[in-house]
Amino acid sequence: MSQILDVVIGVLLVAGVFLNVVAAIGLHRLPDVFCRMHAATKPATLGLLCVVGAAALAIGEASAAAKLLLVAALQFATNPVGGHMVGRAAWRAGSPTPPATRVDGQGAPETAS
Amino acid sequence: MTLLLTCCVGGVALAALLCAAKAVIADTVADRIVALDMLLGVVTCGIAVGAVATRDPVLLNLLVVTALLGFVGTVTVARFMERRGL
Repeated sequence: MSQILDVVIGVLLVAGVFLNVVAAIGLHRLPDVFCRMHAATKPATLGLLCVVGAAALAIGEASAAAKLLLVAALQFATNPVGGHMVGRAAWRAGSPTPPATRVDGQGAPETAS
Repeated sequence: MTLLLTCCVGGVALAALLCAAKAVIADTVADRIVALDMLLGVVTCGIAVGAVATRDPVLLNLLVVTALLGFVGTVTVARFMERRGL
C-alpha cells in the first residue's frame, strides 16, 4: 500500500515539475506577451496543482490536506484574475504583437500572413 | 525516491532559471510581470517539493503565503502599469 502511494506521489511530482519546465520554456519560445501569458498561467497552475497534491499525499494529515486545498483553491481563483489584469494592462499599453499572431476570421485564408 | 526528488529539484531550478532569465532580458514591463509571476509559481512548486522530501507540515504555511503574495504582487504591478501607461 505504501509503495503504491509512493508511486502515485512520484508520478504527480514528475508531472508537476514537467509542466513547470514546459511553461518556463514557453516563456522563451512564444512570440508575444499575450502568448506568453498562456504559458505562464495554465500549465503553471496545473503543475502546481499536481505538486500540491503530491505533498498532500506525502504528508497525509487532514490539517495539511486542508491547507493544501486552500492553496489549490487560491491558485484557481487568483491566476485567471491576475492573468486578466496583466493582459488588459499590456493591451492598453500597446504591447507589440507580431503579424503571425493576428487572426482575421473573415479574411481569405490564402492572404492571411 | 531520492533520485526522483533530486531530479524534481533540478527541474524546478531549471524552470526558475529560465523565468529569471526571461525577467532580465524581457523588452516590455508586461513581459517582466508575467515572468516574475511565473517565477513565484515555480518557487511555490519548489517549496511543495521540499514538503514532499521532508514530510514537514510547517512548509505548507509558506505555500499559502507565496500563493497569496503572487496574486497581490501581480495585480498591484498591473494596476500601476495601467495607471502610468507603461
